[in-house]
Amino acid sequence: MNTISTTEIFELRLYVAGQTAKSLAAFANLKRICETHLAGQYRIEVIDLLKTPQLAAGDQILALPTLVRRLPEPIKKIIGDLSNEERVLVGLNLQPVKE
Amino acid sequence: MKQQFDLLSPPCLAKSPTGITGLDEITGGGLPTGRPTLVCGSAGCGKTLLSIEFLVRGAVEFGEPGVFMMFEENAAELTANVRSLGFDLDELVEQKKIALDHVHIERSEIEETGEYDLEGLFIRLGHSINVIGAKRVVLDTVEALFAGLPNHAILRAELRRLFRWLKDRGMTAIITGERGEGNAITRYGLEEYVADCVITLDHRVTEQISTRRLRVLKYRGSSHGTNEYPFLIGERGISVLPITSLRLDHAASVERLSTGIARLDEMLGGLGVFRGSSVLVSGSPGTGKSSLGATFADTACRRGERAIFFAYEESRAQILRNMQSIGIDLEPWVKQGLLQIQASRPSLQGLEQHLVEMHDTVLAFRPAVVVVDPISNLTIERGDGEVKPTLMRLIDFLKQQQITTLFTSLTTGGSGTSAAEDSQVGVSSLMDTWLLLRNVEFNGERNRTLHVLKSRGMAHSNQVREFILSDAGIDLVDVYLGAGHVLTGTARVAQAAHERSVAELRQEDHERKLRQLASKQKAIEAQIAALHAEGEAEEAEVKCAIARETLQEKSTQQNTSAMAQLRGGPKTTNGDNQ
Repeated sequence: MNTISTTEIFELRLYVAGQTAKSLAAFANLKRICETHLAGQYRIEVIDLLKTPQLAAGDQILALPTLVRRLPEPIKKIIGDLSNEERVLVGLNLQPVKE
Repeated sequence: MKQQFDLLSPPCLAKSPTGITGLDEITGGGLPTGRPTLVCGSAGCGKTLLSIEFLVRGAVEFGEPGVFMMFEENAAELTANVRSLGFDLDELVEQKKIALDHVHIERSEIEETGEYDLEGLFIRLGHSINVIGAKRVVLDTVEALFAGLPNHAILRAELRRLFRWLKDRGMTAIITGERGEGNAITRYGLEEYVADCVITLDHRVTEQISTRRLRVLKYRGSSHGTNEYPFLIGERGISVLPITSLRLDHAASVERLSTGIARLDEMLGGLGVFRGSSVLVSGSPGTGKSSLGATFADTACRRGERAIFFAYEESRAQILRNMQSIGIDLEPWVKQGLLQIQASRPSLQGLEQHLVEMHDTVLAFRPAVVVVDPISNLTIERGDGEVKPTLMRLIDFLKQQQITTLFTSLTTGGSGTSAAEDSQVGVSSLMDTWLLLRNVEFNGERNRTLHVLKSRGMAHSNQVREFILSDAGIDLVDVYLGAGHVLTGTARVAQAAHERSVAELRQEDHERKLRQLASKQKAIEAQIAALHAEGEAEEAEVKCAIARETLQEKSTQQNTSAMAQLRGGPKTTNGDNQ
């Protein structure tokens, strides 16, 4: 069982393009989910591709917004505004806390 | 005046040349500038190659850098794949003439939640375009996204936006797509979004020989060749046939070339064939087609001209050896660099591939004479309908170069049947001169005959000649026509001997008659002489008698007068006393 009880640090990277409604929603959703399930165990880096387009190719970014779980391995990608919490947790390979 | 000018030459759609041999001819100048073109076809038909060549030639020859965005292969694979065509992508990337971007989507790595768009793709493409100042873009194959992204509704909307965006940025783009099931042009209906120019590629295998074909399905705002054109992937990239134009405007020379056989030249209006014309020599096996071809090449070399002999039946060494047996020594010409013998198996590759090779060889060697022996081997597995346009292109090309060509063709019909003509219908109309070689079987032997079926633009002989191969080369001899048969070979010799002996006999007979006449004349003359002599004898006798009688009379008179004197009587009474 892979639960949040592990002490792994989640290194997350959120790719967006400017301050669009979708990117703002994605960031807000991510923040909320992390606080709920990964308090103190996560790092979020937001990359605005409008400012640094050269970074898009490195993580094979196509859709925006895209959340990339860089650590723990393997790399996982979640595309969309992260509005479906359950799917985000599946995507991050996290089991929601039942207690 | 202005208006008239406009009518005559309507404003043309701006086109970007692809630099791909033949494609620019078909499209009348290239792909539409600043618009996307859809190139679609099944797997392995050459879509990627066509698009990379479009970019490389654009960057190298036309100064238009390009971005290649690939969704299937990665950059290293692509670079390795096109290196065999002589394209060094690494170097071009380094010179910032080409940018490669591999877009990879792994469905299993991706979770989808909520709304998204493909702005990331736009940003990547836009970034690459900006970095190298690209004018050309290739997306190969954007359809791979359909497998990677589950939400097709979003994808379709984004693709529509992408193509619009490319247009707005003035990118001349190629978007490749997989051929769909049935009649669909592409699997995911990309043609809906890319409607300016659609090119389909096809790779067919007929009778175990593969042929690639290209067709411009649609070209908005421009005329274009609508046929299917065979194309090849050669050592220097893609070549689409026609290699030359579709026009029929080659110059016609009045210069005549000897075929190398004096009697044959005589049959062809006395001077041989026109320079730049095409000659078809057809005949059943063993009628001497190759020998005729070799003589033709040999004669060209003797004139100091260059010749290429394309052999599809015999190897180079075999040709040299076999032609030596009829007194044609080709080896010195090969050594002097006047003659090139290109031998290859016809089944090695498709007809088109052969034609492109011929084309390249001809352009490199620049010969005056080309011999193809035999053309029927190239066309053996194809229907006439397919072969004819392809050969027409070859012949057009050779004519445009003012190259005189001799094609030999094996006819499948039996010797001397009308099938010899029938089986050549496909190509014969393209030929200017058509010589038919035949085996005539008669009197227990086969002999070769030759006649000129047609020869455009000259008074040619309608006679059948016997075609003789000896160690002194080829010669033509008059045949004997008699009793409904054309006599050749020993029958001809026998007939000649027979006629000769008949003539001799007649001659003897005449002489004998003359002799008889002479002796008869002599006999008559002798008779005349005898009669003459008889006459003379009679005359002499008569004269003698007359003389005697006269003498007698005289002496009688003397006697009488003497008696009268004696008697003393008158002199006048002498008559009364007799």
